[in-house]
Amino acid sequence: MARLELSGLSKTYGAVTTVRDVSLDVPDGEFLVLLGPSGCGKTTTLRMVAGFVDPSAGRVTLGGEDITHRPPWRRNTGMVFQNYALFPHMSVAENVAFGLEMRKVPKPEREQRALAALGLVRLSQYAARLPRQLSGGQQQRVALARALAIRPDVLLLDEPLSNLDAKLREEVRVEIRQLQKQLGLTAVMVTHDQEEALTMADRLVVMAEGAIRQVGSQQDLYERPADRFVAGFVGRSTFLQGRVAEPGVFQTEGGLRLACDPAARSGPAVMAVRPEAIHLHPGAEDNSLSGTVEFTSYLGPVLELHVRLSPTERVVLHMPNRGGTPAAGLGESVTIGWPRAAGMVFSEAA
Amino acid sequence: MPRHLRRWALNGAAGLGLGFILLPLLLVMWLAFFRQEIPSFPPEGYSLKWFAEIPGNRAFTSGFLLSLQVSIAATAIGLLLAVPASMALVRSRLPLRGVLNTLLLLPLVVPGVVLGAAFYVGELELEMATEWPLLGSTIGLVIAHTLVVIPWAVRLITASLGTLNPTIEEAARNLGATPLTTFRRITLPAIRPGLVAGALFGFVTSFGNLEASLFLVGPGQTTLPIAILQYLAWKIDPTVAAVSLLQILVIGIAMLVTDRFVKLSQVV
Repeated sequence: MARLELSGLSKTYGAVTTVRDVSLDVPDGEFLVLLGPSGCGKTTTLRMVAGFVDPSAGRVTLGGEDITHRPPWRRNTGMVFQNYALFPHMSVAENVAFGLEMRKVPKPEREQRALAALGLVRLSQYAARLPRQLSGGQQQRVALARALAIRPDVLLLDEPLSNLDAKLREEVRVEIRQLQKQLGLTAVMVTHDQEEALTMADRLVVMAEGAIRQVGSQQDLYERPADRFVAGFVGRSTFLQGRVAEPGVFQTEGGLRLACDPAARSGPAVMAVRPEAIHLHPGAEDNSLSGTVEFTSYLGPVLELHVRLSPTERVVLHMPNRGGTPAAGLGESVTIGWPRAAGMVFSEAA
Repeated sequence: MPRHLRRWALNGAAGLGLGFILLPLLLVMWLAFFRQEIPSFPPEGYSLKWFAEIPGNRAFTSGFLLSLQVSIAATAIGLLLAVPASMALVRSRLPLRGVLNTLLLLPLVVPGVVLGAAFYVGELELEMATEWPLLGSTIGLVIAHTLVVIPWAVRLITASLGTLNPTIEEAARNLGATPLTTFRRITLPAIRPGLVAGALFGFVTSFGNLEASLFLVGPGQTTLPIAILQYLAWKIDPTVAAVSLLQILVIGIAMLVTDRFVKLSQVV
């Protein structure tokens, strides 16, 4: 296991830049997740670490060694692919032993190590099968064992759960995370699924348009998003367009006056509010507004309400489900509110 | 139309088509066993003597050997060229990929006679320019037959490559395999059905090729199909039918053997 460092990593195809100046420091044993919508450059970044994409600029250092332009077969990275990528003509055991064979490990040792790696994912009894005789979840666990068998310096996971159905996803997710901790692996995973990212990561990196938007813990991203994009991508938010009219006052385009952080820069801005921060029938909140319930949805643990505040503005709020009759029905007039600190203001001044 | 009637009509049409294909083959096979020299119906009796004639006929034996040599060489060279060509067609983002694909299949479309004439002129020019006796040589034949093999090989190998998941090659490289090792250990085994089928079809087409060969054979050096044609110009005894039967057997056995390794119905 080793520390992975990316500095100023960029990739340009002709006039198109898919990754722009990405710098990251992944300490030994950390599980880092690159999160972003498709086309944000997260996969290209991962592929530059694996050596499948040659960086246009910047450096990749693994365990103190510069591997920026080293071909993939001479880097000690273990990759797990979205579509498993098992060798269809080889048995499960041969698949897992392949990396060891390439490393010229003598046959008895490599068989024993392959079996041990299969044991880690609890598939020893399937060693003689062909990949196509296994289920999707089992195939992905074989792929994981294959990547682990070579004792990689870093484990790279490219959307490893996307091809699995919901139940299996949960299972393999736990499996990957447990093994990563147990073996003290440095790991980088790419995903577009925020739930997956939030539940697995030690630390997250949100990317958009080829660049890093924010690096931080789950709590950092959720409670202190760096910009409007992160606020919208991680968790849900209602966005209110407007301007900071005077210190501590946010004026929406629809004419609402809301209390906000007095430190917010004046000028055009957008306010994001999390659905669970908005309360129905508030006591003495900083912002207290009246509106009409336009839509309700029963989500189980929470009830979702869409409340119209002005002809152009509507907020989404979640209230805990305490059972019994719902607190507000469709078309009902209600008062809602949220504390000043819950209104996250992002300046849009040029 | 009632269901059973419709099924009868469908089966009948299929049977008719099959009969249409099989009739000449069956006729030739039957003819090979006629006793009389001039084929006429009904046969006067049956005999195996025409098969016994074959080994004594130098045109047939040497023709068979030459055809075998040329077809094997052309298939081997054709595959060597078709594999990298197919990889390029399937994998790279060549700007003229569609055009190249069509070009590689062109020998299937161009009439054999045109192809043969073109080769004749080409080889003639080359021979005059370099004084290398190409025309009428085995090499000259092999070159033309390679062209006959390539479209089949490319078609079947690209079909095979198309179903291959390219990330398994990435997985191999990630695990430490060099590009060459990846090709040998991962790509080649994965496209084996296409390779085998491509080789078989290329071989069969080359072995039976008459039109292109006609222009390129030298004096006293003919392929089996030409030997058959020449024999027919003078005689119509059942020896020709016997030779044809043997040829059908050779090809049929080749297909059966291939089918044991690769299910042909899956690739064609």
